[in-house]
Amino acid sequence: MIKAPFEMEKISDEEYILNMGPQHPSTHGVLRIVLKLDGETVSGLYPDVGYIHSSVEKMCENKKFDMITPYTDRLDYLSAINYNWAYVAAVEKLMGIQLPERVEYMRVMLAELNRIMSHLLWYSAFGMDVGALTPIFYAFREREEVIDIVEGMTGGRLTHHAFRIGGFKNDLQKDFLPRLEKFLKKFEDRISEYEALLINNVILASRTKGVGILDKAKAINYGVTGPTLRGSDCAIDLRKNSPYSVYPKFDFKACTGKNGDTWDRLKVRMDEMRESAKILKQAASMIPAGEFCAKVPRLIKPAPGEVYTMVESARGEFGVYLVSDGTDKPYRIKFRSPSFSNLSVLKEITIGAKIADVIAIMGSLDLVIPEIDR
Amino acid sequence: MALLKELLYNSGKPLSEFYTWMHSVWAGWGMPGFLLDFIFQLVIVAAVTLILVLNALWIIYYDRKISALMQIRKGPNRVGPLGLFQTLADTVKLLIKEDINPKKIDILSFWLAPLIIFIPTFAVFLVLPFGSGLIPADLNIGILYVLAITGLTVIGILAAGWGSNNKYSLIGGMRSAAQIVSYEIPMVIVILTVVLMAGTMKMSGIVAAQTNYKWFVIPQFVGFIIFLITGNAEVNRAPFDLPEAESELVAGFNTEYSAMKFAFFYLAEYTNLFLTAAIAATLFLGGWEGPFLPPIVWFFIKTYFVITILCWIRWTFPRIRVDQLMQFSWKYLLPISLVNLIVTAIIIKL
Repeated sequence: MIKAPFEMEKISDEEYILNMGPQHPSTHGVLRIVLKLDGETVSGLYPDVGYIHSSVEKMCENKKFDMITPYTDRLDYLSAINYNWAYVAAVEKLMGIQLPERVEYMRVMLAELNRIMSHLLWYSAFGMDVGALTPIFYAFREREEVIDIVEGMTGGRLTHHAFRIGGFKNDLQKDFLPRLEKFLKKFEDRISEYEALLINNVILASRTKGVGILDKAKAINYGVTGPTLRGSDCAIDLRKNSPYSVYPKFDFKACTGKNGDTWDRLKVRMDEMRESAKILKQAASMIPAGEFCAKVPRLIKPAPGEVYTMVESARGEFGVYLVSDGTDKPYRIKFRSPSFSNLSVLKEITIGAKIADVIAIMGSLDLVIPEIDR
Repeated sequence: MALLKELLYNSGKPLSEFYTWMHSVWAGWGMPGFLLDFIFQLVIVAAVTLILVLNALWIIYYDRKISALMQIRKGPNRVGPLGLFQTLADTVKLLIKEDINPKKIDILSFWLAPLIIFIPTFAVFLVLPFGSGLIPADLNIGILYVLAITGLTVIGILAAGWGSNNKYSLIGGMRSAAQIVSYEIPMVIVILTVVLMAGTMKMSGIVAAQTNYKWFVIPQFVGFIIFLITGNAEVNRAPFDLPEAESELVAGFNTEYSAMKFAFFYLAEYTNLFLTAAIAATLFLGGWEGPFLPPIVWFFIKTYFVITILCWIRWTFPRIRVDQLMQFSWKYLLPISLVNLIVTAIIIKL
């Protein structure tokens, strides 16, 4: 067990050390956090990662290119489709595959549905973190519907293995678009319902406003991305700033917060669900007919070279750095996972807060542990 | 039939008649009178305890059903008709579970804690006015007795936190001590206001002062709200469930408890809930008074009405933070209740 730096030093009689995790109800998996506390106030914090390390990157070096996609599902099991996308986009870029336009639209739609799924689960988990036990049931009512839609298309409910290199395994299900339309019709109202239930609640607002303030410069220095960065009034969204796929064709905005406190990060995620719904609406009306998969050789053997692709996942910038040596297996693959950088900023913004705030701030960073440990 | 009606609507008279009749029979047998009194008291205690344990089981079911209603799910519906025996099944499960004693516990306080919490909770029921004449012991300092006895539970929680030898438990225990002590003060002041209006501390006297539907909830609406808030804090339920704050402190003071010792905490929590609601009904909602139905039925209706409000609060609010908890009590509740007391005193004097 790794010792935190402050565990080596002598601590004052007023303070004590509290070990939180790896088995703790609110660290969302097997994250261990060592806290130095003065009464209830946090005076030191040290995250200890690596409990669920599974050497995914090394395993990928022994698999053929088309066998790697399911591994990316398991990195961030809540935002699996976006992670698929970064990987298949890397291989496609390396091989120079031109995708049919229908594929791009299908990918955008699935990725946005996936973002909604992920944010709804975050919302429920955050509610549990702050002691509100009811919101989870309301959020899961809609999440279930989204999962059903995605399941109809991909066959999976959590780790979908949705994308293939060059496109999809099958075309959109016949009832995909009608079901999507039916869902979107009521979803906007439902988001307002969630906000009334939790985000705008008096107690929650007083607990999160002005707590865990992350200023813009610090966020950028730590490599924080995604909604966590946008909460600090920094409108960086990869879908906007380095557009990929057909995102430039859609009308949506990168939602930002003002003060960079916990509440702003919550609000950004709620607004993002609205934007995702907007994108879905546009994509469903604009989707062209055509092939659902590009012409891809049977044996995937990219030319030697290296490539970096990134997507805006539900948690931030997910990047894949891929090196090929001309064989049917990658020479090296490196994943840049957003939760890892987002976790690194936790210490900076929690010192001086209370124990309960540690949980709330951690919840607002929206961490997924397997992608931190990889 | 007439006797049953008399027993339900005006329990005091037939019961005291029965008591004197038994005494005469007893004296006819040549036995000393105090022995009969002792037997009577034992029977009363046994009856009250039985009713309360059954009631606590039912409240747990009720709370779960309310939470299910709020969370768009069905709640317990498998064991027995409508899931009514669910709590019974849970209790049996807890009874036959292994009773785990961690290695480094302080064995005395670890074992005593569940009892210290459990016993005072039940002792309080001796002064609850279930109906006219249906008070196990109508003390002339009834409400003071309630406050004194419920104040003991904090010792139990503190003992549990200390005895478990676990940092999470200790934090939970300390939080609970701070919380209960600071919420007791506004509560006492609100009760004092009611006592001022009723002119007595006797539970039956307080109910009698509200006859003809002059319930104290109307002149003392602020007091009623403060009482609900502080009562909710006293029983450690959300949004004031900091001592067991599941997401931060794992389970707070009862982290290390298992099996029947855990069940004691659980049962005590729900009995406390019933108690708070019953006292609220007595002090503010006119106790057993009501049309058509027997007094005891009205007492339970009012109590369950308050319980429903408390459950509603519990299942909709997130948890408050520890420093805000203190601020809320000392900066808002205490001044408001003091002003309320002074204004009431002036109005009564006028």
